[in-house]
Amino acid sequence: MDFSLTSEQQMFRQMFRDFAARDVAKAADQADKQEELPARLLKRVAAQGFMAALAPEEPYGGVGLDAVTYTLLLEALSAECMSAALTIHVHNSLGLRTILRHGSAALQEALVAEMAAGERIAAFALTEPAAGSDPTCLRTAAVRDGDAYVLKGEKSWVANGGLAGVYLVFAQLDSRITAFALPAETPGLVVGGRQKTLGLRAAAITRLYLNDCRAPAENLLGAEGQGYKIALEALDFGRVGLAAVALGVGRRAVELGVKFAAERVQFGGPIGQKQAIQDYLADAAAEVAATEWLVRHAAWLADSGKPFGQEAAIAKLFASRMAAQVTNRIVQVHGGYGYITDYPIERYYRDARSLEIMEGTTQVQQIVIAGGLFAGTNVRVRP
Amino acid sequence: MDFTIPKTHQLFRRMVRDFVEHEVRPAAKKMDALGYSDMDLVRKLAENGLLGVPFPQEYGGAGLRELGYCILMEELGRVCTSTAAIVGAHTGIGAMAIYLGGDEAQKAKYLTPLARGERIAAFALTEPDAGSDAANIKTRAVRDGNRYIITGSKIYITNGPIADLFAVMAVTDPHLGVRGGVTAFIVEREMAGFSIGTVEHKMGIRGSATSELVFDEVIVPAANVIGQVGAGFITFMQTLDTGRLGLGAACLGGAQAALEMMCRYAAGRVQFGTPIGDKQSIQWMIADTATEIEALRSLVYRTAWLVDSHQPFTLEAAVCKLFGSEMASRAIDRALQVHGALGYSRDFPLERMWRDARIAEIFEGTNEIQRIVIAGQVLRPYGLRVRP
Repeated sequence: MDFSLTSEQQMFRQMFRDFAARDVAKAADQADKQEELPARLLKRVAAQGFMAALAPEEPYGGVGLDAVTYTLLLEALSAECMSAALTIHVHNSLGLRTILRHGSAALQEALVAEMAAGERIAAFALTEPAAGSDPTCLRTAAVRDGDAYVLKGEKSWVANGGLAGVYLVFAQLDSRITAFALPAETPGLVVGGRQKTLGLRAAAITRLYLNDCRAPAENLLGAEGQGYKIALEALDFGRVGLAAVALGVGRRAVELGVKFAAERVQFGGPIGQKQAIQDYLADAAAEVAATEWLVRHAAWLADSGKPFGQEAAIAKLFASRMAAQVTNRIVQVHGGYGYITDYPIERYYRDARSLEIMEGTTQVQQIVIAGGLFAGTNVRVRP
Repeated sequence: MDFTIPKTHQLFRRMVRDFVEHEVRPAAKKMDALGYSDMDLVRKLAENGLLGVPFPQEYGGAGLRELGYCILMEELGRVCTSTAAIVGAHTGIGAMAIYLGGDEAQKAKYLTPLARGERIAAFALTEPDAGSDAANIKTRAVRDGNRYIITGSKIYITNGPIADLFAVMAVTDPHLGVRGGVTAFIVEREMAGFSIGTVEHKMGIRGSATSELVFDEVIVPAANVIGQVGAGFITFMQTLDTGRLGLGAACLGGAQAALEMMCRYAAGRVQFGTPIGDKQSIQWMIADTATEIEALRSLVYRTAWLVDSHQPFTLEAAVCKLFGSEMASRAIDRALQVHGALGYSRDFPLERMWRDARIAEIFEGTNEIQRIVIAGQVLRPYGLRVRP
């Protein structure tokens, strides 16, 4: 057993935190109010190599972070701005990683260098109006046309929609889900309006319309009919990433709570002297600490090449609930100051609520976890 | 024992629901999006007699007492928490302070136009250094012959930007402290030296305007002292007791609306081949919500009965506010979860309800203050004095 980070991981963490404090922190509040990430910030993110976080050094000039270090990156970013962290997470965890694992050589050659440079951000288009928790209900259809495919349908809740240069699209081909990578410039690919949300306002979330989009055979991910497996595999890893995002939010919320409780004087002393406030903060800190080790452990399993689906679902379930509860409690510590938009905790609270919904709701995680628990018994866990 | 709601009040509920569906529902989304109080809606509330519901008819009210007021707040809370907050600040605490503490002349001059909705009230207690610690107010009122000169500022005042009359608590004798040293005043918006300061941008109840009030040597006649000089704290605490009940009623409405939305969506949304309402996880969320709503409904209407039958209700009102606000937040949070991404979308009212509901755990005494009040009441017979 060794719980310490390597010296390289520690160095990376410092660098991530420095970047987040210097470049992300000052943009976060405005980004929320203006409902987009400043282009300048995305350029700085790309210049730091964060869009190449999961790309190997050779031949793509990537950073090739291991999963543990990658969670440190997401945690550092989300501590300042969850919208920014989510944008980078979707690009790396769901987009880049999936293309590296399942894209054809031609596809990788065409896209990965640009993706790693942040010139082609990735979006993940699985959900549809009628297919949320149940992706088997997908209606988007792909048909063969010579050695290409033609896609038609509508996607919703596409993170990085409009921002993206490549869309990972899941469609039914002969009633089997199949995955494609569609460059944004594909004729017939139309990004719909922004889907405005409670929080995460600086993240680009849109609808996507596919009007007879042609995808050449090399843009197929994996083989025909492997799309469902590819989506679940991407989401397994995505859950580790999203849990890391939740960890950053929760950890910062506790810091904000301690700071406020130490400074705010009522009844003749700082409110942090009240046992009730201490209890709130103690519970919050315990939940953050537990999350940290769930996240690191799941990431370590991924790095070790061991199965991590169950641990990822547990981390996502626990971390998302933690972030929602902790931010809620820290709003309460702030009292009226927690309800106005002048203090950051209000944004953290709205942002955190998305974590229990996206990339598999809490209920879906429970189904996944229960499925693991009952494996090998006579109980069949179905949604 | 008789839990029947009188016929008059049943008819009143029907009338209010009709009004709310036709007038409040269309305004709710717009007020939230644009962040302002719709004064046309406030005028319509007044025209329909909904701004003085609990007060006797001799003061321009509807004479429907606390029971009627709780019905109104429940119905408003179903559809628009901002409107409930406007009415709560106006009727439930602003005008209520004058009703509970004022003399006949003040009731004739001030309560009557408030109850008729010709003027709008606000309740001004909170200051930068006096939030939960309300006794720590610094706003000063200095006697000068037959008048007082008030200097200081108040923050987070609901209805601040739209109100005409303000029930204001100020220190009249710093040596006497909170019992005997603070006094409640009626301040008119037109009085020289009074102004509206910073208007807050909030997470929710964006249709309810919240602002700072600035008192720069505002001259107030001694006749505007509510109750006795030095008795302001008691008047304000009694007012807040009543206000808490109305707030609990509004939470009941919000939770009920969330339950209905949750059920409707669970019955219609098909995933995995069946309506999601077929899933036990969803059914449990609905069952828990329904259980908590039943409990709150009993609490709210029993407490209204205590008020209307002149029995003590401090403990019960604090319980209504504490349980109601936390329960409504939970109910709306569950409803949001049942709706998945749609619940998180600003195209659908749940996210507004979710943001709006959160304030009820904070304002009119944070839930921590409610717990202090409740612990104090419960522990008193055991000889323990509960201090914050």
